[in-house]
Amino acid sequence: MARAVSTQRKTITTAVAWLLGLMMFFPILWIAILSLKTEGDAIRAPIEVLSSVWTFESFGAVQQRSDYLKHFTNSVVISFGSTFLGLLIAIPAAWAMAFVPGKRTKDVLMWMLSTKMLPPVGVLVPIYLIFRDAELLDTRVGLVFVLMMINLPIIIWMLYTYFREIPGEILEAARMDGASLREEVFFVLMPMAIPGMASTVLLNVILAWNEAFWTLNLTAADAAPLTAFIASYSSPEGLFYAKLSAASIMAIAPILIMGWFSQKQLVRGLTFGAVK
Amino acid sequence: MGRIVLEKVSKSFGETEVIPALDLTIDDGEFCVFVGPSGCGKSTLLRLIAGLEDVTNGQILIDGEDATSVPPAKRGLAMVFQSYALYPHMSVRKNIAFPLRMAKFDKAEQDKRVAQAAEVLNLTDYLDRRPGQLSGGQRQRVAIGRAIVREPAAFLFDEPLSNLDAALRVGMRLEISELHKRLTTTMVYVTHDQVEAMTMADKIVVLRAGNIEQVGSPLELYRTPRNLFVAGFIGSPKMNFVNGSIAAKHNAATIGIRPEHVSVSSDAGDWPGKVGVSEHLGSDTFFHVTCEGIADPITVRVGGEVDLHYGDTVFLTPASDHMHKFDDKGLRIE
Repeated sequence: MARAVSTQRKTITTAVAWLLGLMMFFPILWIAILSLKTEGDAIRAPIEVLSSVWTFESFGAVQQRSDYLKHFTNSVVISFGSTFLGLLIAIPAAWAMAFVPGKRTKDVLMWMLSTKMLPPVGVLVPIYLIFRDAELLDTRVGLVFVLMMINLPIIIWMLYTYFREIPGEILEAARMDGASLREEVFFVLMPMAIPGMASTVLLNVILAWNEAFWTLNLTAADAAPLTAFIASYSSPEGLFYAKLSAASIMAIAPILIMGWFSQKQLVRGLTFGAVK
Repeated sequence: MGRIVLEKVSKSFGETEVIPALDLTIDDGEFCVFVGPSGCGKSTLLRLIAGLEDVTNGQILIDGEDATSVPPAKRGLAMVFQSYALYPHMSVRKNIAFPLRMAKFDKAEQDKRVAQAAEVLNLTDYLDRRPGQLSGGQRQRVAIGRAIVREPAAFLFDEPLSNLDAALRVGMRLEISELHKRLTTTMVYVTHDQVEAMTMADKIVVLRAGNIEQVGSPLELYRTPRNLFVAGFIGSPKMNFVNGSIAAKHNAATIGIRPEHVSVSSDAGDWPGKVGVSEHLGSDTFFHVTCEGIADPITVRVGGEVDLHYGDTVFLTPASDHMHKFDDKGLRIE
């Protein structure tokens, strides 16, 4: 039903929406601006910052001081690796809960979600010690594993929601047609769940890419992803605003670009099932 | 070959018993219809035969071999689902070929059989479409195509026509009967529509609350229903039931008479009454007549058009040789 909205009110709402949007976007915008300034200009008053010369020198300095490509590769390996490993475990788990639910399925789901409510710092010491003894500190394998564990509840929850939208009769039809469980999952369930699985992968890659607590605490140099790369610019030697900003831009750019191109898929994924 | 024998088969979901122990034999080549009101366990029974549900007790034999704990894929049966359950991400061709692909048939054989099935079902022009681009009737045919390519021992149909509109349903009913005549493969068909049961079946199994009420050919059930439930369920419009003193005159607790076995006269007859609503179908007219001393209006079927109107007084006479008598437990008295 159309509602009568006066032009004046529309203008005000639009202005407020833009203002709020800009406020939220401002930190990123400011980082982008600072990254294009010299270190000296970056710490001056805002007006002076804007009027000073634009330069790419910070990016050059960052690239010279640290190996961006190595951190980038680590981030890619860790975020995609943990998501992929998570999928391997989550697909059978979500299948079981969606298609052969038991009396306690709901409880299991709640329990899995509840692990996300625990502050990670609470288990930092035991995990750190386990990593030390298993010689997993500062290894990609270790990080893939720990991030997979952190995100697994979300992956299972999302897949469970998508799988439940798939009519059980179609899987039964596959069974009647002679498909084994593996064939049923590979040829029927997964192709039908592709949109849902794609948004699950996207969201979890983003979560893993941005994860900072474990990546900072469990890495030193070899396996350090982009989060550690940014953090290294806020060091005891002082804060280097321009370089820190340049590093941040370099760290978030890949995931921002990926998110931009897949936003349709992401939004669809996150609201899937809400509206038929 | 497809002879299916159920021996003392029962099914419980937790504490609730849905199907008490029952015995049933479906002969090779037979068209057997399970019919009953919703919730009577007919679909569950079919799913037990398919292997999609586990039997709680008893045995299922397919061609003499114990199939009770054989997985569905290995029973050699094919099923057509109510929702068609087509694979939406595959073309019609791939849908039909799927069982062959699972059975590891070579590509040439797959193509040959898909082409044959498509020909039989008039789907040749649609092989490269997706199920989403087809009409309800075409989807139904694809589902049947997927079932016939593997040449199963028996076909299982779970209310396959209930998602189609009335006109299409009659057409598909004929097509399925036609297919059965041609393939002579055993078919087990579940429906809640007694018209489908009557028109298609060699053998009807009437179910109520998981119990088999009667098994027989359509005409057996029509002519000699074993109890009140079957009498009321088979036949359209429903059989009329009369209790009380009128039934007692015929030495029964209840008498039943089908609408087509009641004659109407405007001057004389057994049961005087007033005409209520009438339904004109052209070929037939159904009158609902309220009679003195009879609780429910009596439905009467008259061929063609008859000049009777709302409120007219008429006299009804049941044909005594078509009268069904039931005792106080609802069982037929011969």
